[in-house]
This record gives sequence, C-alpha cells and structure tokens, in this order.
Amino acid sequence: MVEVGLTHFLVVSSFLFAFGLYAILTRKNAILVLMGIELLLNAANINFVAFSRYGNFGLNGQLMALFVIVLAAAEAAIALAIVLNIYKTFGHVNVDEIDNLKE
Amino acid sequence: MTESSLISLAVTILFLPLVGFIIVLLFGKRYEKLYLVEVGLITVALLLSIFVGFIKLTNYVNDTIITQFTWIDLGNVPSIGHLTINLGIMIDNVTVIMLFVVTLISALVHYFSIAYMAGDKRFSRYFAYLGIFTFSMLGIVIADNLLMIYIFWELVGLSSYLLIGFWYEKKTASDASMKAFLTNRIGDIGMFIGILILFTNYHTFSFAEIFEQISNGVVPFGSNGWLTAAGILIFLGAVGKSAQVPLHVWLPDAMEGPTPVSALIHAATMVAAGVYLVARIFPLLTADAMIVIAVVGAITSIFAASIALTQNDIKKVLAYSTVSQLGYMIMALGVGAYTFAFFHLVTHAFFKGLMFLGSGSVIHSMHHEQDMRNMGGLKKKMPITYITFLIGTLAISGVPLTSGFLSKDGLLAGTWAFGNLTGHYLIPIIGFVVAGMTAFYMFRLVIMTFHGEPRNQHKYDHAHESPKLMTIPLIILASLSIFIFYTPNPAAPADGWFYNWIQTPATVVPEDARFEFMKSDSHRVEGTEINNYGGSGSENAVVTHSEMYENEMHNVHYPAMILSIILAGLGILFAFLMYHWKKISADKLAEKLKPLYNLSYNKWYADEIYSYLFIQRTHDLSRFIAWFDSTIVDGIVNYSATFTRGVANIAGWFDTYIVDGFVNFTAFVNGFAGLALRKMQTGKVQTYIVYVVFSVIIILLIIRPF
Repeated sequence: MVEVGLTHFLVVSSFLFAFGLYAILTRKNAILVLMGIELLLNAANINFVAFSRYGNFGLNGQLMALFVIVLAAAEAAIALAIVLNIYKTFGHVNVDEIDNLKE
Repeated sequence: MTESSLISLAVTILFLPLVGFIIVLLFGKRYEKLYLVEVGLITVALLLSIFVGFIKLTNYVNDTIITQFTWIDLGNVPSIGHLTINLGIMIDNVTVIMLFVVTLISALVHYFSIAYMAGDKRFSRYFAYLGIFTFSMLGIVIADNLLMIYIFWELVGLSSYLLIGFWYEKKTASDASMKAFLTNRIGDIGMFIGILILFTNYHTFSFAEIFEQISNGVVPFGSNGWLTAAGILIFLGAVGKSAQVPLHVWLPDAMEGPTPVSALIHAATMVAAGVYLVARIFPLLTADAMIVIAVVGAITSIFAASIALTQNDIKKVLAYSTVSQLGYMIMALGVGAYTFAFFHLVTHAFFKGLMFLGSGSVIHSMHHEQDMRNMGGLKKKMPITYITFLIGTLAISGVPLTSGFLSKDGLLAGTWAFGNLTGHYLIPIIGFVVAGMTAFYMFRLVIMTFHGEPRNQHKYDHAHESPKLMTIPLIILASLSIFIFYTPNPAAPADGWFYNWIQTPATVVPEDARFEFMKSDSHRVEGTEINNYGGSGSENAVVTHSEMYENEMHNVHYPAMILSIILAGLGILFAFLMYHWKKISADKLAEKLKPLYNLSYNKWYADEIYSYLFIQRTHDLSRFIAWFDSTIVDGIVNYSATFTRGVANIAGWFDTYIVDGFVNFTAFVNGFAGLALRKMQTGKVQTYIVYVVFSVIIILLIIRPF
C-alpha cells in the first residue's frame, strides 16, 4: 500500500490544471471554457490544501482555499453574466467566432 | 476797437466760409435749402470785412497789425539753434482792401449763382465749393508769412480744380480742371524752392522778419544773385496762379467751369492772388528780378491781347483779356508802380467780375450759347445786362470817368517813368499798344453781342432779361466801376484815398542790387511814415520807394493819360468801323493778314507747341521708361525668377528623393512590421491565452527558480 504523499496531490492537481487549460484552449462553447477555468481554480485549491497538510504553513493554505472557492463563486456569477450578454449580442456563445477584440 | 479784436474779427471772416463749406457739404444733400446757410455766412463775412476795413482805415491807417503764434516748435536743431515755425495774421491796408474785394465778389457770385445754377443736380455742393474757395483765398490775404500763403495757395489750387471741373461729366471740363491743376503745380514748385531758399537762410517764414534781416545786409548764401533767384522763383508761383506766359494755358480752358465761377476765380480773386503775392514780396525784389517780372508781364499782356482780338467765344475773349490785364499788373509791379498795380488789381476785380457775370447772364438767357457769332442785338432784350456790361467795357478800355481809367493811366505812367529812367522803352510801348488793343477787342465783343441784328433768330426770340438775383450783383459791380468810389477828381488818381492808403513799401535789398534811380539816400522820399514791415523799427520807416521815380511818374502822368485816351478812342473807333458800321470788312482784313490772323486765332499755337515740346516728350520718356521697365527691370525680375525656379527644382528633387525617401522608408519598415505582427492579433480570446501560457512557460524557463 502506497503511502499517499504530497506528490500524489501535486500530480492530481497538475492533471486537473492540464485538463482545465486544455478545455479553455480548445472548447468553442464559452460555458465549457468557463468550466475549464473552474478546473484551474480547483487545481490551485488542491495545491493549497496539500501544501497546508504537508508543508509547515499552519492553516493558511486551507483558508486560502476557502477564499478561492468564494472567489470562484463570484467569478462564475460575473462570467455567466458576461456569457449571457455575449449570447444577447451575438446570438451564440461560440468563442471562436467572437474576434471583436481585433478591432 | 483794439488791435487784437481786429485780428479776431479777421479770423472770424476767414473761418465763416469754411463753416459754410463743412455744413453744406455734409448735410447739403439731405436739406436742399442749406445753401442759404453758406450764402448767409458769406454775407456776414462781407459785412464784417467792411467793418474791419472801416476801423482799420480810420483808426489804424498807418499801422501794420501782426499777431503770431507758434505752430510747430522744433526745439534745438543742430547747427541752427532753437527753431520754431510761426503762423500769423497780418492786417495792413492791402489786407483789408483785399478782404473787402474777395468777400464782396464772393458774396455777389453767391447771389448770382442761386439763379444761374438753379436746377443743377449738385446745387448745394456747388455752394460748398464756393465756400472752401473763399476760405482759402481769404487765408492767402491775411497771412503774414510765406508758409501760410503757400498752404492756402495750394488750397486755392484745389478748390479751383473742384470748381473748374464742377461739371465733370463733360470731358472738356474735367480735362480743363486737370490742366489748371498741373500747370499751377509747375509754378508752385518754383515758389516752394524760393520759399525754401529764404527759409534756409533766415529760419523764418514771416515777411517782416525776412525783410528786416535783408535790410540788415544779410543776403541768402551771401550773394545778391541768390536773392534775385529767390524773388524770381517765388514769382514763378505767381506766373502759374496769375496765368502769365508761359503758364497761361490753363486759364482759357478753365472757362469750362460754370460762368459765375469764372467771375469769382478767373477774374477777381484766384488769379489776383499771384499779383498779391508779388506785391507782398515786393520789398525783397532786386533790380534783376524786377526786370524779369516786368518783361514777363509785358509779354503776357501783349500776347494775350493779340489772341483776344480774334476769339469768337465770349468767355474766351474775357479769359484772354483777363490774362492780358494780369500781365499789366505784373508788369506794373516789375517797374515799381506798386500802388497802381494794386489799384488796378482792385478795379479790375470789379469790372472783370462784372463782365464775367454779365456774360453769364447772356449765356444763361441764350441757353448756354457762348459763340458771339450767334448773338447780336441783345441790348433790346437785356437792357440791364447791356448797360452794366458797357460800363465794365468802358472801364477796361480806360475811358475817363471810370475806375479802369484811373488805375490804367497810373499804371501806364509808371511804365513810362520806368522807361525814362532806365531806357527800357519797350515796356511802356507794349503797355500803350495793349491799351489800344484792349479797347478794340472789348468793343468788338460788346458790338457782336449786344448791337446789330440778331444772327440767330431762334435763340434771340427766347432770350430774356435775367432775374433780379442776377442783375443786382451786376448793378453793384457796375457802380463800383465808376471813379467816385476811388477819388473825387477823375483825372488824378493821386488825389484819391486809395493812393494814400496804399503806399509803395520800402525796398530792403542791398544798394548794389537796386536800380540806379533807387540807390542814393538823397533820392528817397522823406516824411511819409507808412507801411513799414519791420514793425518795431519805425525810425527808418521814412523811405518809401524812390523820389526820382515818383517825380518822373508825376511828369509823365498827363502825357500818358492823353496818349492812352487817344489809343482807347482809336481802338473803340476801329471796333465800331469794323463791326458796327461795317466800313471795314473784318473778313477781308483777316484774309489780308492771314498768317497773323491764324496765329492769333489759334492762340499762337501755344497748346500745340506745348503738346509737341512737353506732352509728346513726356510720352517719349514714358515710352522709354516703359521699354526700360519691360526689358531691363522685367528682365532682371524674370531672370531671378528663372534662377529661383532652378534652385527650387533642385530643392524639390532633394525633397522628393532624399527627405521623402527617408520618411517613406521609415513608413515602409513600420508597415512591414505591422503586416507581420497583424497576424498575431486575431481578436480571439483563446489565441491570447495560448500566448499567455507559452509566455509564462518561457518566462519560467528563463527564470527557473528551481
């Protein structure tokens, strides 16, 4: 039985981060991109908690994780509102076709 | 009545017509009756000048009243010292008589013009011009210095220009006004130089101060020649204004102006200004200058009289007669007959003004017909005009009991005396010949106009006597042509008050520049303390002119009188023989003397000669200058233009290829960079995120904290 250590957590979080990044970069649907962002945040959370557990930082990491969750909730609310507005403006939420930033 | 109040009255007289001019010019268009203001003001001026004259000639008859004020203070001028330019007013007997003459004739011309100019479209402007003219003329009269005379002199030139060209729609009238103006300018240049010669030497314009310095032996640039030159140059101004040969050409042409204007300007006042000026500078004239003046006057008088013999335009005859009479006055001043020159100026102003107004009356009733060949028999239609005109004619012809007889005889006696004393007999001979000619051509005019049968029945039927406004001035002037206003004894002008008021001023020129008969002190008249210009220096005021000359004039007085009566009678007789009784055919005589007749009829070709000598030469010069301009000056300009264009081309090439090349190259580099970088900016969020991620990875690789 392998002892679950810091490395495992970091590997999981790395995978989560990678999947999130992949979702952000490849998905066309804005909602899916948002979900990718959530993955990134959660990967970071795992890191915080893992370092809190194995590192010598006290409860700081856990607090930071809670803070990030709250922040993620707020971010999701704003991001969804933006997506809603994008839908209102363009009639779809296809990130590929929204290149107004170019102008 | 103090002296200073006399001065202020004189200034009032001066400015009244100016006030009229300003008011009528500004508001005359809106209020048609405003010309009455001008007429009223000139009447006030006339009454005031009668008053001033009366006071001056009763209370201050021997005084010269001078007031000066500083006009410009130039401060300390290097090598001269403190220099101020003063203006001033001088009232002596000459001034008050001139004031009276000018305002009287001006007022009468105003009244006459109300009727004569009725219905003219610039009626009120005409009166405004009369106002400014009277103002400038009065300014000349009361000035005590050459500068003020010069200023008003030019103003007179301007206002005569305006009045001659009053009907400027007529080409001849506008041409005549320009001719008058330009011809006068020629004389004025001489006058100006003369004034400057005096000013550079004496640093003053005042007559009294200049005369005082000359009498102290100071002559310009230390030579009598310069004094002569100054006198002749100032006289040149008079040559222009008083229409002396060779600058006489403007006066006959000036007859294009309205006839009352001719009476005012070209008979009585403006042309008299020249004579007046010579009279003012009389004390500084040297013998040489006087001879020049006398000769110019004599030539003018016979020259103009010879032209007047054959002219057919009634105004042209009068114009040439005026030139001839002005020549008389100038000649008289030249020989030293100062009193009679001025006397003739006054009497001539009245009777020539009368005749011009009379001719205006005729022209008015004949509906602007001026050719005497179309007149005749008018004495029945216009009795008042005829009688007054006849009185004027008798006066100018020198028939006894008239004013002209008095002044002309004195004047001729003066020339004769001069001939006796110096041997220059040609001058009196010309004088007497002209007297005969004058009588002839004036009676020719009267007979052709008023006597005989009407030659143009249609115009004759429409002729009528002029209204009272026109005849009353004629009657006033005609009565002033009778002897009684000047002397109680019609045979001896010296008995008259005029002779006592106007005394020949003492000459101030150095002894060696005088005539022989004026030299020695023992020959001078003693005891008459009159007309001294020096003001304070009344101790040496006993000298008038020359006792020898006065005696000689007295000796030849009666012979001169008899001779001039005979010559006048002969002239009148010939006129009647040729034009009234037709015993001698004028046409046949003209045929016989064809060359002479042509010469006279064509005015000695003066205009043609001037046209050839001066106007054509001016044209040639202008053409040469035009050629010079278009070839040389324009050539230089064009060459420099070409040169500039070449330089510009090089600069342009440099600009296009070097400067612009550099700029374009920069732009090209930037554009190329932009082209490359544009690809990166897709506007897609995901692309940007890729950049961010890769950038972070790269940064991490570079920093590599582990």
